[in-house]
Amino acid sequence: MYKYDTIDQRIVEERAAQFRGQVERRLSGEITEDEFKPLRLQNGLYMQLHAYMLRVAIPYGLLSSTQLRMLAHIARKYDRGYGHLSTRQNIQFNWPKLEDVPSILDDLASVQMHAIQTSGNCIRNTTADAYAGVARDEIEDPRPWCELIRQWSTFHPEFAFLPRKFKIAVTGAPGDDRAAVRFHDIGLRIVEGPDGERGFEVIVGGGLGRTPFVGKVIRDFLPKRFLLSYLEAILRVYNQHGRRDNKFKARIKILVDALGAAEFKRLVEAEWQLIRDTAIDVTEEELARVEEFFVPANYETLPDTDSRLAAMRLGKNRDLGLWVSNNVTPHKVAGYGIVTISVKAPGKPPGDITDTQMEAVADLADRYSQGRLVVTHMQNLVFPDVKTDELESLWRELVKLDLATANAGKLTDMICCPGLDYCALANATSIPIAEELGRHFDDLDYLNDIGEVSLKMSGCINACGHHHIGNIGILGIDKRGEEFYQLMLGGSPGNDASLGKILGPAFAKHEIVDAVSRVMARYLEVRESSDERFIDTFRRVGAEPFKEAAYADHQA
Amino acid sequence: MQIIRHREIVADTWLHLDDETPVPDAGDVTVSLERLRAEGEVLLARRGALGVRLRSDQLAHDVSDVLQDLDIICVEFPKFTDGRGYTTGRLLRDRYGYTKELRAVGHVLQDQLFYMARCGYDSFALAPGKNLERALDGFADFSVSYQAAADVRQPIFRRVSR
Repeated sequence: MYKYDTIDQRIVEERAAQFRGQVERRLSGEITEDEFKPLRLQNGLYMQLHAYMLRVAIPYGLLSSTQLRMLAHIARKYDRGYGHLSTRQNIQFNWPKLEDVPSILDDLASVQMHAIQTSGNCIRNTTADAYAGVARDEIEDPRPWCELIRQWSTFHPEFAFLPRKFKIAVTGAPGDDRAAVRFHDIGLRIVEGPDGERGFEVIVGGGLGRTPFVGKVIRDFLPKRFLLSYLEAILRVYNQHGRRDNKFKARIKILVDALGAAEFKRLVEAEWQLIRDTAIDVTEEELARVEEFFVPANYETLPDTDSRLAAMRLGKNRDLGLWVSNNVTPHKVAGYGIVTISVKAPGKPPGDITDTQMEAVADLADRYSQGRLVVTHMQNLVFPDVKTDELESLWRELVKLDLATANAGKLTDMICCPGLDYCALANATSIPIAEELGRHFDDLDYLNDIGEVSLKMSGCINACGHHHIGNIGILGIDKRGEEFYQLMLGGSPGNDASLGKILGPAFAKHEIVDAVSRVMARYLEVRESSDERFIDTFRRVGAEPFKEAAYADHQA
Repeated sequence: MQIIRHREIVADTWLHLDDETPVPDAGDVTVSLERLRAEGEVLLARRGALGVRLRSDQLAHDVSDVLQDLDIICVEFPKFTDGRGYTTGRLLRDRYGYTKELRAVGHVLQDQLFYMARCGYDSFALAPGKNLERALDGFADFSVSYQAAADVRQPIFRRVSR
């Protein structure tokens, strides 16, 4: 993984020192809360319902075991003993004190981490395919480009006060988009051009929130070396022309929609023509320097183990078999597997991980995965490099930690925002519903029968839980002071991107889990075979059969 | 009024005219872009230097044809969260080759000075009531930057061997 040099290190240390000064000026009253707010936001510090929340950047989700141990230390010393993995591959701490935050930033800097631009109207942490570098279907590792974007965007002087926040995602697996690139301000797909050269397909203006859009392709093929100048052109057009009169219309998706993708593209290309082939773009030497950090290393030459994996899935140990089936993905290197560690144990808040779990996982990463792990946008962890031979041993260790739930990609592998329990914006709780769903669908055989289905839940229309792109989406709303839940079906974040549609009237809090249950039961009745995923069945038969089932005994 | 210019606290020597006040025969004045367009000949014929004030929605290309007549451009930041002026500064310097004084005015605060200086601003009229002496620290928040901008024309990887 990328290692800071003295320049990178100096920048994060100077940032921590700068923020210490800003906190001092705030505490002394020299600056107002209004003036302080955008400063703390650019260090990931939000004011939530009960306390400050600090969001720590995990660039493209990649962590070393040393960094994870530091996060455990921070959770224990400055928080209440846990952290929350976010859908943007970051980690959030829910209870830090303002006066402690400069020290937390110092601790983070000591392990090459920071909270720079994890909130605020600036370029946020760049996310990537959680299987980057190890996926079989990847044509190129996107992480060197993510790191180059990280450095280009860190304290970019022109783009620190954009009309609104700005999120970039990158994938190098054109066949299977695991990074939801069509739902970002900019999505980048590494693709092969006509003569075999690699480049980026550039997608702009996707997003969720109160006005969801699937992003539009504005360039089919951008030679890789032009990435930074092209990004600068997009950001420059947005910074000048994005709306600033209404924060709900300030995202780039609204500008792209208002101008039309063709006109937006024209503006970007005109700007780009003036800045391409200038100093902005990365040199071959710099690209080679950064790529060197991501060169696969230390793999042993092992025999192919695909047939062994198949046997383990059907083996005598049912629990292990289910876990291997659902949580182990084939690796590009023979003899290795990609392990998803589910942070979605039944009855627990999705994505919450305790300090002791973090430390234990760090030790396991050292033993089983070359000291590296990945935070996924599904709010799970991935060990990218586990030998097939050691899967059973790793699984036994994870069982002890309550981190071996065999539900990756299944209904209870939910994405869920913090909701009304933590968030000042939320209209409804989401974590208790997630916990109830987890308890309701706790039979792994039943979950397995249902197969691949995604459930995503948000406690308000800001859609932090990505409900628009869940096969099943749940949106918490407030109706005359009571919590209600809209159910939507048919969303998908990937190459077959689609937005879910509301099924009908909202459900009361005590009804929503049953409604999901009836939708799943109906799916099992109407699917053509166990190979037909829920989303495919939904697309084939439409909403009507599910609507009928969901509202069978609904009291509106 | 005191301002920061070339990282020193100095008196503002410009007279900033609104659109109604008669133009004095001598002295250095700034006017709105609208007034410059309407009264350009008169303004250029008088003794004294001339400058223009841009609102945040008036972009660099709106003024690019008259740069040779101007000794100062003041760009307004109505709220410090309105970041259009950063692009305006960069384009005036990088694209249109403007070399005279470029001043940030309005809701200008210590914590934005570093970014503004990188985008080509060399003078700063801070928001009322701000401590200018302390604000000077803002230029030194960071000793190194990754990107090319109006101050340092090469990104880090073209400046140093990493």
